[in-house]
Amino acid sequence: MISNIFSTTVLVGILASGIRLATPYLYAAIGETFGQRSGVLNLGVDGQMLLGAFAAFYVALTTGNLWLGLLAAAMVGAVMGLAMAFVTVNLHAQQGISGIGFYLFGLGMSDLLFKMLLGTVETVKGFTKIHIPYLSDIPIIGEIFFSQNAMVYGAFALVPISWFVLNKTTLGLKIRAVGENPEAADSLGVSVARIRYFTIILGGTLSGLAGASLSIALLNVFQQNMTSGLGFIAVALVYFGAWRPWGVLWGALLFSMVNSLQLWMQVLSIPIPSDIAVMLPYVLTILVLVATVSRVRAPAALTKPFERGR
Amino acid sequence: MERIVQKEWFSKLIDGLLPVLATLAALAVGTVMLMILRVNPVEAYSALWDGAFGSTNALAETLVKATPLLLVALGICIAFRGNVINIGGEGQMIIGAIAATLVGLTFTNLPGWLVIVIAMVVGFLGGAVWGGIPGVLKAYFRVNEILSTVMMNAIAVQLMNFLLRGPLIDPAQAELDSKIPQTARLLDAFRLPRLAPTRLHFGFVIALALAILVYILLWRTTMGYRIRAVGQNPHASRYAGINVKKRIATALLLSGAFAGLAGAIQVYGVNYRMITDGSASGFTGSAGFNGIVAALFGQLHPIGAIPASIFFGALLVGANKMQRVVQIPSALITALNGLVVVFVVSSEFWRQRRQHRRLSAAEGEDQQSSAIPSTVEEQA
Repeated sequence: MISNIFSTTVLVGILASGIRLATPYLYAAIGETFGQRSGVLNLGVDGQMLLGAFAAFYVALTTGNLWLGLLAAAMVGAVMGLAMAFVTVNLHAQQGISGIGFYLFGLGMSDLLFKMLLGTVETVKGFTKIHIPYLSDIPIIGEIFFSQNAMVYGAFALVPISWFVLNKTTLGLKIRAVGENPEAADSLGVSVARIRYFTIILGGTLSGLAGASLSIALLNVFQQNMTSGLGFIAVALVYFGAWRPWGVLWGALLFSMVNSLQLWMQVLSIPIPSDIAVMLPYVLTILVLVATVSRVRAPAALTKPFERGR
Repeated sequence: MERIVQKEWFSKLIDGLLPVLATLAALAVGTVMLMILRVNPVEAYSALWDGAFGSTNALAETLVKATPLLLVALGICIAFRGNVINIGGEGQMIIGAIAATLVGLTFTNLPGWLVIVIAMVVGFLGGAVWGGIPGVLKAYFRVNEILSTVMMNAIAVQLMNFLLRGPLIDPAQAELDSKIPQTARLLDAFRLPRLAPTRLHFGFVIALALAILVYILLWRTTMGYRIRAVGQNPHASRYAGINVKKRIATALLLSGAFAGLAGAIQVYGVNYRMITDGSASGFTGSAGFNGIVAALFGQLHPIGAIPASIFFGALLVGANKMQRVVQIPSALITALNGLVVVFVVSSEFWRQRRQHRRLSAAEGEDQQSSAIPSTVEEQA
């Protein structure tokens, strides 16, 4: 049975589903990267994901249109982000704790709506695989990278796009300035509040999409607390990736590949306790944090509210 | 001078009322939500009240639910006073529970009371280890404690699942096909005493006593003073000769220890075994998070945490009754808890603004009496 794991089909299967499972991590963690680069820690990602997952699922189920589902998830996430922005930017609420509040709200609210509006676990026909012409015909690589659904492609496209926005555009410069030295940015005429509103709402939107990727692209069901803490891991991935989109990508792949391996081990009923395997990326994340903390510096204004004239 | 004193008394009252106002605001949002869901809010809230306080049994259940909340909240008071954020209560409860369960499953020959005492201490220590690791990582390696506690939560859940499916599985279950992931039942002699016929157990008394102890620790001992000083101003504390790193690690370690004890008490007072549905909340009932809510609501004061925990315990117990009577899923209460947290931390804005104003007013009237001590020194 052990030898099964080394066959090409299985290896390709593990890698392909590993790529697929990176999707929710990427949406959520890239969104969180924008927030943190501007100095705001959003710990409510998991709650935003849960509400997004439900909104996408419900709309897709009732209208039969997956794209409307995505839109609903994005809007729900954006509204959650707007609320978070008001509380952190205008009311200077402590970010770590208000994030927990938003998490609990999303956790309870998504469950409440699920039980009131659906009641039973149903399934939708989610996004189907798009085989990219020619590229998907390449043996092995084609199946791993070029036979995925639209949301997976979107997630991976986000990495270079967000890198470009953060590092090569004026907007990115403003975001980084607000996160590093809001006083200086303010004195140069950059509105700290407006930038932070933008990044937190963007983060919420992407978290909503992250939830949608679970409920209408990967698992195609909605269940109570279906993220089981994935949003918190996404926050950690931002630190893991040293606030850079490419770093986030590697962290996301680490978690998703281990998850995929564990799922396949169950499928092949390999008698290795999979709980232990699942533990590894968490331990590794802590070790990476210990190893990199002296070399990598967080945005200087992270978690610090900005007030003019203080 | 007298006018300021009077004002201060009044301001303190308003400060104390802020969490209550925040809760009322959350309940108001809940009312709107109920009305949207076409449920009579009066009916819903009276079912909630009835479920939480309507009978001796209901009251007992409320106190049973309040027990882990209070213990976690006590730890949160210590951590937040030291300006470290502990969101690892879930994992610390699990590790405390595992450690305590191991004691009960191993020492089956010892007298009941002795096993209970050892189990509580071991549970406390288990939580201390799980909180201490992020504490040391924060103090000496500058690893963000929010992240490390989240990671430690996930590791604890996997460890629990592994142990309960494998080495610690109930021998009876191991032979069955169902293989429910649970440990064997503890011996009857190892159960915490109960106030029959209700399920109220001795753990609640332990939690109350510890609330007073934590108050003494924070406000009547040097260690507590140092933790609070570091929390308020680490730089000044360093100049005053306080070992800041040690205090940060201690605050998280103690915080974890109380959560660990909460886990141990859940096993010895309520379930008499560990059972997992694969998630953390399956065992903890999210007490690791809700304890934060209770601590904030009690204004991070150990004595304030007592009524706060009872209040949130009541909400959780009452929610079940509300679910039965008006068919509103109890998840509503989780959502409202979240809103309470958001509103409480937001209301801090007004408290600080008023405090700021008060200080500048006081400075204007009396230049000598600055409310901020110029140096941080021992103030008995």
